[in-house]
Amino acid sequence: MANRFDKVISLEEALTYFHDGMTLLAGGFGGVGNPPTLIQGILDKGVRDITLISNDTAFPHIGVGKLVTERRVKKVIASHIGSNPNAGAQMTAGELEVEFCPQGILAERIRAGGVGLGGILSDIGIGTIAEKGKEKVIVDGKAYLLETPLTAEVAIVYAKKADRFGNLVYDTSARNFNPLVAMAGDVTIVEAEEIVEIGELDPEEIVTPGVFVQGIVQSEGVNWQWAWEK
Amino acid sequence: MGLGEVNRTETYRERIARRAAQEIEDGMIINLGIGIPTLVADFIAPEKRVLFHAENGILGTGPSPANGEENPMLCNAGGFPVTLVKGAAFFDSATAFAIIRRGLLDMTILGVLEVSQRGDIANWIVPGKRVPGMGGAMELAQKAKQVMVLTTHLDKNGRSKIVRECSLPLTAKAAADLIITDMAVMEVREDGLYLREVMEPYSVADVIGATEAELKLDGDVGVFR
Repeated sequence: MANRFDKVISLEEALTYFHDGMTLLAGGFGGVGNPPTLIQGILDKGVRDITLISNDTAFPHIGVGKLVTERRVKKVIASHIGSNPNAGAQMTAGELEVEFCPQGILAERIRAGGVGLGGILSDIGIGTIAEKGKEKVIVDGKAYLLETPLTAEVAIVYAKKADRFGNLVYDTSARNFNPLVAMAGDVTIVEAEEIVEIGELDPEEIVTPGVFVQGIVQSEGVNWQWAWEK
Repeated sequence: MGLGEVNRTETYRERIARRAAQEIEDGMIINLGIGIPTLVADFIAPEKRVLFHAENGILGTGPSPANGEENPMLCNAGGFPVTLVKGAAFFDSATAFAIIRRGLLDMTILGVLEVSQRGDIANWIVPGKRVPGMGGAMELAQKAKQVMVLTTHLDKNGRSKIVRECSLPLTAKAAADLIITDMAVMEVREDGLYLREVMEPYSVADVIGATEAELKLDGDVGVFR
């Protein structure tokens, strides 16, 4: 990563950033936009006791869901785990700690972490158990919950295209949490379907500026069957 | 379906969806939840132009693609491949929820575990049993201009899902506006829950008998066939 203008690295080099007990942010929604090659690398390296921050735990054999299924995750911060029965079973058995966060608030907490804010104020979940343990702040007579920012040691992102600086273009609805996650890692590793030379991307189409990115890995493509393919 | 046509194979889920579609007006921005709500899209009259919002980052989802035409990256929030309509846009999850929190959704259509006569909604957790998580339901229920609940009237054990007070942890308070079940159409008003229509073949007495919540009557109760 010494060369700021060529952040393309091997999967092996990328995996040096992953370790037992780490905090991991992952883009994606129901597996769509989870980076398959990096996730396989984490599994193959044997990383465990991960604290995973992701919208959901995908499906048992899809995306970040595999990390849960293979029992590599000790805690998850997510809005939804319903499509991965392994997550629910591990939670019920006391093997997996789950912190639920309303989806849009999770997005904003990650964004807050990524953009250097100390938190956000929201009225979502007031009057429900989602307000438990959160400080209430009154602004102009209206009550809000203080929601804390989220960052992680490593953020993993899936992009359709990356140039060698790390400017990113996403793929339809695989964008979802990825641009937010990309800003919130101490180290952000992008898995790109296609890596292009600097200057090949139209500045108008770039969603994430490369300054947020530390490493880029060539994707080997999705290595699972989607739930709807059966 | 035209008047007088009877689709003998229509399921109760399809009938609920067909009734729900009548509430949709031209020009609406709508979010459809998973389950029965997803079916509503199939019953909207073609002359009504609406835009569907998917909280995974699409405004303007279209029908399911043909077999073999799927783009695995282009899915709705339920994880199923979709197409796009003209004018569609992609955005990140923060923007998807900005649309919701700013009140730009005209309608959200949700399933529930319980809904109370004041419109309280519970649909994300059965403590100790089933804990899927709230996903985007709290924002949707709290912030959409109209919240329509589609559900079976009774749960698997024959208990009313339309209740005086929710026993399960809430998704949002006083959120539901209209509740459509396999037995009835009910409207949440300031002063209580009103029975607007019964679904054929149920009678008013059948619906009141099957409902734990207090159901009020205000003039004629219609029949939906």
